Amino acid sequence: MRISTIRYTVKQGLRNIARNKMFSIASVATMAACIFLFGVFYSIITNFQYLVDKAEESVAIVVFLDEDITKKQKENIEKKLSKREEVLEVKYISADEAWEEFQKDYFGENSDAAEGFDVNPLEHSDNFEVYMKSVEKQAELVEYAEGLEGVRKVNKSELVADALTSVNMLIAYVSGAIILILLAVAIFLINNTVNMGITIRKEEIAIMKYIGAKDSFVRAPFVLEGVIIGVVGAAIPLVLLYFAYEKAINYILTKFTIFSTILNVDFLPASEVYKTLLPVGLLLGVGIGFVGSFFTIKKHLKA
Amino acid sequence: MIELKEVTKEYAKGIAALNGVSLKIEQGEFVFIVGDSGSGKSTLIRLLLKELEPTSGKITVMGKDLGKLKHKAIPYYRRKMGVVFQDFRLLQDRNVYENIAFALRVTETPTRVLKKKVPAALSLVGLAQKYKSNPKELSGGEQQRVAIARAIVNEPSILLCDEPTGNLDPVNSWEIMKLLDEANQRGTTVVVVTHNHEIVEAMKKRVITMQKGNIVSDTKKAVRKS
Repeated sequence: MRISTIRYTVKQGLRNIARNKMFSIASVATMAACIFLFGVFYSIITNFQYLVDKAEESVAIVVFLDEDITKKQKENIEKKLSKREEVLEVKYISADEAWEEFQKDYFGENSDAAEGFDVNPLEHSDNFEVYMKSVEKQAELVEYAEGLEGVRKVNKSELVADALTSVNMLIAYVSGAIILILLAVAIFLINNTVNMGITIRKEEIAIMKYIGAKDSFVRAPFVLEGVIIGVVGAAIPLVLLYFAYEKAINYILTKFTIFSTILNVDFLPASEVYKTLLPVGLLLGVGIGFVGSFFTIKKHLKA
Repeated sequence: MIELKEVTKEYAKGIAALNGVSLKIEQGEFVFIVGDSGSGKSTLIRLLLKELEPTSGKITVMGKDLGKLKHKAIPYYRRKMGVVFQDFRLLQDRNVYENIAFALRVTETPTRVLKKKVPAALSLVGLAQKYKSNPKELSGGEQQRVAIARAIVNEPSILLCDEPTGNLDPVNSWEIMKLLDEANQRGTTVVVVTHNHEIVEAMKKRVITMQKGNIVSDTKKAVRKS
């Protein structure tokens, strides 16, 4: 393609947008509404996933060690567990620490009740607390840990692990379905608006074809127009959502203090959500603009 | 140059717009095709532009069998033809210069060539001064002259004109015919579909008369027979 043709295509694409202001505004608004909804759902789902991930990270299996275990064996177990892909952190809890934790959990403020114990009743309860990245692989990890030399027993929390795994799957299905529905709606709406715009310019396309314009020559300005509308239609809601997100998080945390105080919940910062949302949102805008205009104009290029 | 062999075009089953038409137009000819509405004249033009496919028969233009022409090759075929319509079909959002330049842009003509060819085409149709005007600011005759400039700027081998004077007064109609005749003098084959009997009789060119999808008379054959 010649530079003059590229220049002509760009100029024509921009002119088309300016010339059909109402159509362009309608298309941008449609795209913006779809991307905004997508952004809202994405933010909710990502935060939900973040909370579940955090909950998963707090679930640990406890690996109890043999009474006569040597220091070298302990180190060996720690090393082997740490190397596992699903393991986030391996924390050694000595017998004293285990007893302190026990007192805190069971006696609370009545620490006097523990004074009757002269020796540590949990003397042989030193263990490794193993935190996982995802609880889905808990069973596998437990089986592995039980097989290690020097391991007496492994305690696990199957109920929590199963519940978290189910929630995870539910989030995946729901988010997948919502995103698919939104995409289908977006493509349908963009297709309709582009179709409307092309119908207005049907005569112009026919003239181009009579003169001997190639399909690509006729199509290029329309596709460029679609892509520009896509980028603008995606950029506007993404910028708006960025500021709305920060405000919404602040509002939730200040208005519903239960989240931060009792549930100890925090939300992802906008910058973290936007690491994925920004490129995906823009790509969606460009993709929908491109696909919508490319296939709609194809119908008019047959003659 | 143009040859139709037993060409039939049916839009609906049993209703033929063209009924087994055979016709030959030589290079450099100026031919009028006349006939009442519905006689098949415009269908003939649309078939030659490969906008329509014949139901049966064979059409050969500039040595190319149109039945075998692939979709991708159609633009290149059309670039060798100029087309003029009754309703001018100018791009209303562009000025006179841009309308003519458009025909060159689609062929990816370099800008420096375009800058020479557009004024030359405008001079040929006598509109050199109006290159900045918008089509809406021009009279019907002027708009048709712009359409002719756009049709000839690529120096086509064939000029197809579908009722080019249909929307014009007699003075402008004669102006347009003069321009078409000049194009023919320069070697372009010109095919004009028209209702205007006065012009047809005065121009003394080959005349093909159509009726209900058939050719009922052809002055070229009549000359040969006599």
